[in-house]
Amino acid sequence: MLSQQYCLEARECKPALFWTLMGAGGLVLLGTLYAFFTLEHHGHVLTGMDNQIVWGLPHVFAVFLIVAASGVLNVASIGSVFGKRLYKARAPLSGLLAIAMLAGGLAVLVLDLGRPERLIVAMTHYNFKSIFALNMIFYTGFFAIVGLYLITLMDRSLNPWSKPMGMLAFLWRIALTTATGSIFGFIVARAGFNSALYAPLFVIYSFAYGLAVFIVVQSVMYKWNEIQVDPRILARLKNLLAIFVAASLYFTAVLHLTNLYYAKQWEFERFILLEGGIYPLLFWGGQVFLGGILPLILIFSPISRHPATVFLAALLVVLGGHFQMYVTIIGGQAFPLDLFPGYAESSTFYDGVVHPYTPTIWELLLGLGGIAIAFLITTAAVRVLRFMPQDDLKELELELKPH
Amino acid sequence: MREIIRAWGLTALLAGLLLAPAGVMAGVEKPVLERGKGERCVEDTEYMRRYHMQLLKHHRDDTMRRGIRTTKHSLKGCVECHASSKTGSVASSKEDFCMACHVYASVKLDCWDCHATKPMKKTTPAAMPRLSPLTVGLPGGQQP
Amino acid sequence: MSDLQQKPVNEERRTLLKAGAVATGTALAPGVLLFGAAQARAPEEPASDKVRWGMIIDVNKCADGCNDCVTACNEENGLSGATGPQDSQWIRKLNIRHLKTGVETSLPMLCVHCEHPPCVDVCPTGASMKRADGIVLVDRHICIGCRYCMMACPYKARSFVHEPLTDQNPEVPRGKGCVESCTFCVQKVDRGENTTACVEACNAAGHKAMIFGDMNDPTSEIAQILKTQKTTEIRADLGLNTGVRYQGI
Repeated sequence: MLSQQYCLEARECKPALFWTLMGAGGLVLLGTLYAFFTLEHHGHVLTGMDNQIVWGLPHVFAVFLIVAASGVLNVASIGSVFGKRLYKARAPLSGLLAIAMLAGGLAVLVLDLGRPERLIVAMTHYNFKSIFALNMIFYTGFFAIVGLYLITLMDRSLNPWSKPMGMLAFLWRIALTTATGSIFGFIVARAGFNSALYAPLFVIYSFAYGLAVFIVVQSVMYKWNEIQVDPRILARLKNLLAIFVAASLYFTAVLHLTNLYYAKQWEFERFILLEGGIYPLLFWGGQVFLGGILPLILIFSPISRHPATVFLAALLVVLGGHFQMYVTIIGGQAFPLDLFPGYAESSTFYDGVVHPYTPTIWELLLGLGGIAIAFLITTAAVRVLRFMPQDDLKELELELKPH
Repeated sequence: MREIIRAWGLTALLAGLLLAPAGVMAGVEKPVLERGKGERCVEDTEYMRRYHMQLLKHHRDDTMRRGIRTTKHSLKGCVECHASSKTGSVASSKEDFCMACHVYASVKLDCWDCHATKPMKKTTPAAMPRLSPLTVGLPGGQQP
Repeated sequence: MSDLQQKPVNEERRTLLKAGAVATGTALAPGVLLFGAAQARAPEEPASDKVRWGMIIDVNKCADGCNDCVTACNEENGLSGATGPQDSQWIRKLNIRHLKTGVETSLPMLCVHCEHPPCVDVCPTGASMKRADGIVLVDRHICIGCRYCMMACPYKARSFVHEPLTDQNPEVPRGKGCVESCTFCVQKVDRGENTTACVEACNAAGHKAMIFGDMNDPTSEIAQILKTQKTTEIRADLGLNTGVRYQGI
């Protein structure tokens, strides 16, 4: 059995470490299940979510995982669709992470439903006008397509199919992220959403978050297997990450600048950018600085040749992604609906006031469960199959030569 | 030695699996249902046993989505007749009409997450002439 | 108001009507019942798309500090009346103050039963639905509790049931894990009463600020007002063609 494991040498398999990791992931998942059954029994009354903030912390984690899941597949797409060897070697891990993270994200969404036992209803009743229903089709299709794509990548006899499958997977994932962004873009009611920009915005976010997650996972795998990554490979990856992070900042800027041009959106922008308490803080400090500017500084600084710097930059992008989701999802709901423009509103139903939100431990447990599921799937799969990115340095030499 | 223990263990497990349902069947008595009010049910008992779910589901969609309010197959009608004389409900104790069978068959019911398990009136039907509008109380029984 | 609270319930009322015991009924709730009897549809007849239920609220007649419509709604539909952030509110009194002039107005806010409801558009399973006669409802049988409709509603009309419930009104099933909102008292409408608890309460209090009726029936009071007077839709910019209209804003 041991010889079946894909570590380079048997002593590097570190079974103790493997089982420790699985145990740790399993413990978190156990906590998630405990939270799930508790909420199932008592209802959402135990959470910080209410009739004002209807989507909370679980959705922050879930949407991040789903967006990053589609983004992480880019690594494979660049390899298969554009034929880059550096990325081709990373395609299997990229596909695996895509499936694992999507599974984690969707699990959180399901566990947070008011009637999770009716999942079967969601699969048998479709309202095709709902972007949510379309997303369910995109998600299911994503599993199937990426699964097949992985088979074409890993089975030598099916290798010729990997290019068309890669193309299909790429187009599918763009559609999927467009639909995920549209969940928010199509909410006409709220000042914070209701913008067609959410579709491309989420696509570009997914590029950044996905690649960042990939770099983090790859770094950890290399570290544990004591593999030195070729600095030129690292340089390629980090430069690409920088482009994606910069593009994310650009799209974020466009979204807010557009809003600032519409008088009716001023109040919301004042809230989210300046006066909304935690939200401006998370936006400027978390999303923009920690998740955007600091990673860019790290990537372009003299110390960026060091793998640890790139790892840190990628980790910051992942962290910033969570801040972004918090600001987008919860900040968008905290700002009250304006039913009567030009009037101050008040009622027993919290009209006209900023809605407070304090997540409880249950929501955190649900959210962490998504990460745990993605982690467990990845760790187990990496253990039994050849997912470790391995570069043929001679072939790389040709590709990396300046043209 | 090990082999022998394993073999015995396996045999015991198989025997347990085979005997378990028999034990359940022997140990649990069939549910006894209280007779509903009125002369007879809206359909034959045999038919109701087998198809009550289909009837209810069909009626539920007709009422909920189309606004058809016939009473023959309405859940409210079931509750009116079958509420227990002890608890006044169809599902508040394990002996009540719905639960008796559903507990026996281990089939979870979620009707009662939303639907009332008791008929409209709080007072017992005997104490209240059904046709007199003057005695009809408010469901909540509260006056603001 | 307490007179009006003596509402006979479904079966009884129907039996009464059939038996022709109109006299007893008239004594109970005069105008309502006679009007209702004229328009009632048979129980086996589905809601018709020739009808569109709607409401007009004259905010000038709505009394400051009066909460009768809210109380009546809670009573009719079995809501607790609690107003915590996690409690359901199907109708609420909204106080608005003009930012420039300081003029204050009080008005009831409820589900406006849009012709093109965003909640119905976004619902993944089709649980959020609009009945043929324009009443927007949640089919709790297939609601999975995702709460996307609450995100999408421009009027903050919906509530999520956060806790297990017991002792519901048999005519108004509601329970944990599903989203809910004003139903235009569909149980009363289907009985042929053609009014809602809030409207009855407003009339009983003597304010007569709310009128309920069929917007498509040219002879109805509501259609007459729509034809001859100016009414306002809240967030008309969204083009949802709401069933609840306001006057005096």
